[in-house]
This record gives sequence, structure tokens and C-alpha cells, in this order.
Amino acid sequence: MSPLLEVRDLKKHFPIHKGVFSRVSAHVYAVDGVSFHIDRGETLGLVGESGCGKSTVGRTLLKLVEPTAGKILVNGEDITGFNGPQMLPYRRQMQMIYQDPYASLDPRMSAGEIVGEPLIIHRVAAPKERRERVAHLFDRVGLRPELVSAFPHEFSGGQRQRIGIARALALNPELIVGDEPVSALDVSIQAQIINLLMDLQDELKLSYLFVAHDLAVVEHISDRVAVMYLGRIVETTDKTSLFEMPLHPYTEALLSAVPIPKASARTRKRVILAGDVPSPINPPPGCHFHARCPYAFARCRHEVPALREVKPRHWAACHLHDGGVRFPLTKPAGA
Amino acid sequence: MYEPKLVEQNMTKPGVTPAETVLEIENLRTHFFTTGGVVRAVDGVSYTVRNGETLGVVGESGCGKSVTALSILRLIADPPGRIVGGAIRFEGTNLLDLTEREMEAIRGNDISMIFQEPMTSLNPLLTVGRQVAEAIALHRGLSGREALDRAVEMLRRVHMPEPERRVHAYPHQLSGGMRQRVMIAMAVSCDPKVLIADEPTTALDVTIQAQILDLMRELQDRLGTAIILITHDMGVVAENADRVVVMYAGRKVEEASAKELFECPGHPYTKGLLGSLPNLEVAAHTNARRARLNEIKGMVPSLASLPKGCTFASRCNFATAECHAAYPPLVQHRDGHWIACWHAERLLEGAA
Repeated sequence: MSPLLEVRDLKKHFPIHKGVFSRVSAHVYAVDGVSFHIDRGETLGLVGESGCGKSTVGRTLLKLVEPTAGKILVNGEDITGFNGPQMLPYRRQMQMIYQDPYASLDPRMSAGEIVGEPLIIHRVAAPKERRERVAHLFDRVGLRPELVSAFPHEFSGGQRQRIGIARALALNPELIVGDEPVSALDVSIQAQIINLLMDLQDELKLSYLFVAHDLAVVEHISDRVAVMYLGRIVETTDKTSLFEMPLHPYTEALLSAVPIPKASARTRKRVILAGDVPSPINPPPGCHFHARCPYAFARCRHEVPALREVKPRHWAACHLHDGGVRFPLTKPAGA
Repeated sequence: MYEPKLVEQNMTKPGVTPAETVLEIENLRTHFFTTGGVVRAVDGVSYTVRNGETLGVVGESGCGKSVTALSILRLIADPPGRIVGGAIRFEGTNLLDLTEREMEAIRGNDISMIFQEPMTSLNPLLTVGRQVAEAIALHRGLSGREALDRAVEMLRRVHMPEPERRVHAYPHQLSGGMRQRVMIAMAVSCDPKVLIADEPTTALDVTIQAQILDLMRELQDRLGTAIILITHDMGVVAENADRVVVMYAGRKVEEASAKELFECPGHPYTKGLLGSLPNLEVAAHTNARRARLNEIKGMVPSLASLPKGCTFASRCNFATAECHAAYPPLVQHRDGHWIACWHAERLLEGAA
């Protein structure tokens, strides 16, 4: 059986226009050849730092932005070239939860109208059924029923995120793309929302693409994790292997940079990366990470490493493993 | 490259030798008088900072941690805000008694501050060199030329690549991490005794955050500056603070050494906060479907209408009638470990 969602060599390049005639002077290589799949009931976490293209991947999947190249398959069917009306049935299956619970809700609609709107657009319920469905969704995400007539400004951040989740659930989707759904929330509220998302997944057999920058949150909620750097996936595997045996130097640095809330944390060894993430407008040749990589050698500077299955079910895009898995990571001798 | 006299200053760590208190906040109360009522943003907070140590101040949004910091520098906008009570003693002098002019001599000189969002706290119209030089020229009475030379030196101190060139750059030409380096260069340009860092790395990516925290530690080792590190990130506190103050709804609910706080937290809120964090190591080895995070139910009460009794009681699993009746006093239960909870002793024993 084909996976729920499969993405093959997805690319999204945003043109930069310049001058009076808006000539295209350059491109932002936001997503530059990304492939992955999500099975039914599974959570794939997509992590990376700002500007790595992780949000663009999420938005391209739902075709909120048109991909430049590549294929998006839903239940084995290629939806890449579909127009608006053709997309409509697929939009019912794939919904999104946004990062900012303040900006993603229309301030002039009541909470009940916001949650019920997808039902109107997709003409799936008569007004009476709709009210019942909205009431049910409110109950499901932990909002009091009398709040249907309240407006977004009357809610706290955590409650607004619950409205966003109820809206995403309205059409019984199979896949939910969460674009940093908890990063704007305080930790005590963040835990409530993460628990809610996991409960809903169990109950409704949902699949998630969970896009976030917080590695601890991603590890908690995901089955598998894909790490992105400057438009490309550099490593992907199940979360335990990723944590135990990071095979890409960037993953290793990312793991060691996350501060750990424990008394013993002060003594642990860290890899502190030098420099900043290069610009996606003019990405460096070869491996995008080579300028910051502590193990880089000559080959990394001109040859792009392919994402390949370095060991069973563990993919990494790094030249270090060309002659077999090299763990712990070290610079190759003679390089 | 660096001033040798600064290198020689030794850093005193609490617990090793009783370090000298440089800043002392006593029963500070800062309220905001709004049309919706009096918001008690800070309501009786006390803490001290010793030479060369890092004091972590943690809490969620609206707990009063930033307002406390702004109160120290007397930067509260009046109206609507006002410091209505308490004292802030810097080397024995109560800052609340000083005139505005005397205060100006302290701000950015003896006590300086780093803000969360480097883009909004830098002036977009001035080169970063001029902005770093401004404080130096003001407090050290240097000429423009000399101050600019010193600005280059400061940018070098914070490891800005190519400082001679970057001194002429405008903020928009720099990355987020480099802007934060500029902020730090400004803040340490007059060798402050106290550095207040308000969420200094919240807007930054983790790999850049690691660079900036590393830089702050390095500067502290060299200059002996006391740092007040305000953050919502328990991980940042665990790895950087010597002592920690936990705030909730405008009050200090717990204070302890970082080691003690993370090993045996005494206040139910602190316990809840630590339990609600996904742990990288644990998360990697457990099946997400079964491992639920411990959530703290409900939300922070409105600061304009705080409940009678303990402000955390409505969210607390241990709350009894006693908790709803009166706010618990802050009591020292172990050496240096202060907790404001009626059930602290029982909770500490449970943890041990």
C-alpha cells in the first residue's frame, strides 16, 4: 500500500525581482530537493533553524504555495499539477495548524464561526448539524461550549491554539501539518497542547507533519525525525537513532546546543558551531554545511552529498560515511 | 588585545567564599494603573545578586520578571506604571532615592542591560559603531574618535568578525546573532558591575544561542560582572545560572542554588514547570503515544484581580483550604533554599 503522503525531490525557489521591469535577478532556494514520506497514523518531525525551509515544505504540501519542481503524492495519487477545484477534496484530507494563534484567527469572526467555516466551504453539513459538530469539536479540544460566541481577543494564547486545532479537525482530515504549533506558548500551556495533539492522534488515527525548531518537543511527539539545513534534508531516521547516533555533523551540533534542564547539564560536552547559517539566496557550493562543519574536507566544498541510507533505516547526507559508517564522527585521515 | 587588568580580576563563586552583594532588591512593588484596574506586575519581590555570579530569574510571560529588571534601571513608563514600594540598593545606595540625572550616570555604566529583540532595540538609522561609541563617549568622556576606536575594540571583545569593517555597518546588514553581539558590546563597553540580560537568546536559533551564552560566560569570567539572566527557558538557566529565582504572578515563589533547584524543586509550580518540559533524552527513548507530559492545568490568574490566598492554588495539585485562605510566607527550608508554599516541607521530603 502506498504511504499516505509521499514527496519526491520537492523544490521551491522564490524569484527575487529587481528594477523597473521586475526582472528576476536571483532566487531564494527555500526548498531544494526534499524527499520523504508519512505513513498513516505516524508523526514525522521536521526540525531546523530559521530560514532552513521547513515551513515552506509544509505550505507547499498543501499547495498553499506552488512547488517549483518535484512531486507530491497523496494515497499514491500525484496532486502536484492540480488546480484549485481539483485540490478541494484533498484539502479536506490535509489541514494545517499555524504557529501564531494571534494572527491565524480572523478577529471579526466568533470562535464558533471560525471552527464551522470549513464545513460551509466544503458544504458538508446543514446549519443544525454544523452547530452540533462545532459543539462536539469544542468539547473535544477542551473549550467550554458557551465560548462559541466569544471572539478571538477574549481567549488566551493556549485557548486560541485550541480553536486553531478544532478548525483543523472540522473536516476529519487524515493529515495535519503543524507549523510550529506550540512555539508561541508558555511551557505549562505548551504541555497541554502537545498532550491534546497526541490524544487526538490516538483517537482519530491522524498523521502529523510536525514542523518545529525545538528539538526536545519534536523528539517527544514524533516517530521519525527529519533534520533540514538550508533547503535540504541532511538526516532522517527514527528518533531514538537520531539521538543515540547522529550521523550528520549538523544534527550532532544541534543536539548538543539544546540546553538541558538538569543540574548535571553544566558539565556536558558541547559542539559550538562557528558562524551563521549562509543565505539561501546564494548557498555555498558542495555541502551547504561545509563552512560551519568541524569535520569538513576538500570533497565537501565542491560535491553535494546525496541523502542515502547509510545504515538500515537511517539516511544521512554526508561524505564522512562514504567508506562505511563513521561513528563517532571524526575527520577522515589524510583529508 | 584585551585589557590585562580586567583579566586579573578573580571571579568569586557563591558557596566557595561569601561573595559581596552588589545589588539588592527588597520588597519591590511595581504596579500599573490602567483603566481596567491596578495591575500588580511586581508585588513584593526581593532578591540579591553577588559579584561575579549569574542569577537566573525564570517564569512564564506576565510573571513580572522583566518588569522587575526594568524597575532596577527605573525604566518603567510612568504613567501607567509606578514603583509603589520597596528599595533597590546598588552597592548600598537606594536607586529609588536618586534624581533622574544621578540615575543616568548609573544606567549603561554600572548597570547595563541586554534586551530580547536586537532588531528593535538598535537604532536602524545609526551605524553599530556609533551606537556602541555613544555610551562610551557619554560615560567615559571620550572624544568621538577615541570612542569609535574603543567601539572597534569592544566589537572585537565580543568576537565580531572583521570589527574594523563592521563598525560602519547598519543593524539591518547584520544577522540576528551578530546584532546580539553588538548589544552585548554596548552593554559591556563601560565594564558594568551588573549586567541584566532579559531573554538574551530567545529570538535566536539554538546554535547561535549556544554561541551567545558562551560569549556571556567568557565575558563574565574576564570582567567579574554579576549577571541577572532573565529567561523562560529552564535549560538555559540550568546550564548558566549559579542561583535561581522562580517567579509566578508577580511574586518570587522559590529561590535556590541551580543544583538544588533542579535536583529537588520545592514549590509545586517549579515542579510542574520542570515536569511539563519534554526532555530530549527521555523523549528519544519513549514511545510518544504513551508518554504524556505533566501539564499544569488552567492558566495564570489575571494580575488585575488576583485571588485571595496563594496565587497558584487554583492550578495546584497539592492545594488545601489553607492555600486558598492566605498567601504563604517565603520560608528558608534548607540552606539558601527559600520556598513560598504551605506544603513545602512535605514536598521536599517527598522529593528526597
